[in-house]
Amino acid sequence: MTKPKLAVWKFSSCDGCQLTLLDCEDELLDIAGAIDIAHFLEATSEIKGGPYDISLVEGSITTPHDRERIQEIRKNSKVLITIGACATAGGIQSLRNFADVEAFTSAVYAHPEYISTLAKSDAIADHVQVDFELRGCPVSKHQLLELITATLAGRIPRVPKVSQCVECKLSGTVCVMVAHGTPCLGPVTQAGCGNLCPSHGRGCYGCFGPKENPNPPALSAHLADLGMAPKQVRDFYRSFNAGAPAFAEESKSHE
Amino acid sequence: MSERVLQVDALARVEGEGALYVRLKGEEIEKVEFRIFEPPRFFEAFLQGRDGHEAPDITSRICGICPIAYIMGASHAMEMALGVSVTPEIHAVRRLIYCGEWIQSHVLHAAMLHAPDFLGLSDAIKIAEVNPDLVKTALRLKKIGNSLMEVVGGRSVHPVNTRVGGFYSAPEKAKVRALLDELEWGIEASRKVALAFSTFDFPDDEHDYTFVSLSDPDTYAICEGRLVSNRGLNIAVSEFNDHFYEEHVDRSNALHGRMRDGSPYLVGPLARYANNYALLSDGAKETAAMCGLGEVVRNPFKSILVRMIETQYACEEAASIVRDYEEPKPCFVETPPKAGEGHGCTEAPRGICYHTYKLDDEGRITHAQIVPPTSQNQPQIEVDLTRVVAANLGMTDADLKWRCEQTIRNYDPCISCATHFLKLTVERS
Repeated sequence: MTKPKLAVWKFSSCDGCQLTLLDCEDELLDIAGAIDIAHFLEATSEIKGGPYDISLVEGSITTPHDRERIQEIRKNSKVLITIGACATAGGIQSLRNFADVEAFTSAVYAHPEYISTLAKSDAIADHVQVDFELRGCPVSKHQLLELITATLAGRIPRVPKVSQCVECKLSGTVCVMVAHGTPCLGPVTQAGCGNLCPSHGRGCYGCFGPKENPNPPALSAHLADLGMAPKQVRDFYRSFNAGAPAFAEESKSHE
Repeated sequence: MSERVLQVDALARVEGEGALYVRLKGEEIEKVEFRIFEPPRFFEAFLQGRDGHEAPDITSRICGICPIAYIMGASHAMEMALGVSVTPEIHAVRRLIYCGEWIQSHVLHAAMLHAPDFLGLSDAIKIAEVNPDLVKTALRLKKIGNSLMEVVGGRSVHPVNTRVGGFYSAPEKAKVRALLDELEWGIEASRKVALAFSTFDFPDDEHDYTFVSLSDPDTYAICEGRLVSNRGLNIAVSEFNDHFYEEHVDRSNALHGRMRDGSPYLVGPLARYANNYALLSDGAKETAAMCGLGEVVRNPFKSILVRMIETQYACEEAASIVRDYEEPKPCFVETPPKAGEGHGCTEAPRGICYHTYKLDDEGRITHAQIVPPTSQNQPQIEVDLTRVVAANLGMTDADLKWRCEQTIRNYDPCISCATHFLKLTVERS
């Protein structure tokens, strides 16, 4: 039986999500045994052409060239899956979507004329059809392994779309907002990280993006009651998933 | 006269997007460029107006491989701006999680990204086909680093438990102490991997580098000390901009770091090793001697050995912190907002990473500057490439291209970091 061909692609990102694949130390050699790693620049200098059975895409679209590149990748991929907040929501670099990108360029670079960049940082799904999105900044190793296993088996990955609050209850973690008055995005954020922030005594900062059908205005009212100023509420929604529509809209209502 | 062009449009086994371009006219090298085309992400710009306490978590997203370097640099700078300092107990836990980052990053680069160059193979999976034990040992070692980061920080990529002032919660004593057995195994395993790599056929190349690193009188500097060089520099971290500058060149989305006199310099394992050899552990020094290394290593291709020696050191240092670990109380110091200016610099696996911020009365950022290690190494990488090409003009294009890529990988370049980087093109005419 021929092994399915896997490709890993990078757009604007920190490399952390594709690193998560290399962080599967116990499973990496088995994965390499089950699939043909045809294109994975961070890990191998061997490059095979398409078409690819599975493409994992990390990063967001921020340049004219990347806008064209993702179209080619889509054409060459049977299944295209985005991994991480940059690919699913534009990432932290989508903070430019709320500002003047020319001013940004000249703030960092002495010769802005050398820089080619788009005004917005877009999710991959804004440009091509995406078959599955894996959330997280970074993605969870367990969810990534489930994603690969499920995709190889031809089934939908089991990735819950419930809120972080559900993960707290299942883990027996005391609610940081109710018990300590700590601002928390858990009620509007998708579970999956492994209940990390609340179990360490801090509020969720939303790195898995909005849950299904979130109600951010209700949470924002509570955050205000806890003493957060409007611009603090605005910035709370504006981090690694600032470009996700539910978070972007809510942040704008606190400008 | 014949023109040769060597070009690699997308370098493999590096973190991020870079390229190489070399153009030769006969024996004359016309152009050597290490290009960074990773798109710019504008961190310094969008940090303006944000609460200073957000800087560690936001800047950690510059790099998924070395998030601790950003978390620590930003935290140190904020603590200086806010006029607070952490307790020795909190500092020890910071060193502990930083050891985890050195272990996972060094082993990832040495065993999975750089070693294939010396073996003529494309990747670590291919090494596993001929030497499965070596790859399995390396993976177990790398996992120790990640486990350490998970126990202290919650997760290995973008840890959540770190904050300005210390940690959100004290890492649990039982979980920290449980790391000891694997760390003790890791000390021996690092030596075993270093010795295996020491049998590689290293290209004959040496250069009289300006080595820049942190240095501390009491310990092998990771996240403490002053900035020093082998040529007499000895300054406080806050004086960084008086002695170094960044220039913007059209071939790169990463700024190039230079000394104020315009000369290139080297940061990273070779610099730390040369400047701080005396402070390495006896075990690490012994491994260096067994690998045939002196107290200074000027052959950049041997940086792979120094990475494994630093991995051994990091395992030993982490083991000594873990052995006596008690949960720090308090686990953070209070950091009320106020106006100020702060500087932070720590040793990322690839070299010094400098941050400076200015805060307003509400503690919001009005100015941010971040200088990652790969930006600083870019001019030196181009100097190395020119020297390596000149010494190997008789090679075929394919062999010379391979050697050039290997020369770049000597630096473990983190392109994602540098743009806050690589295509290889070689033109021969």
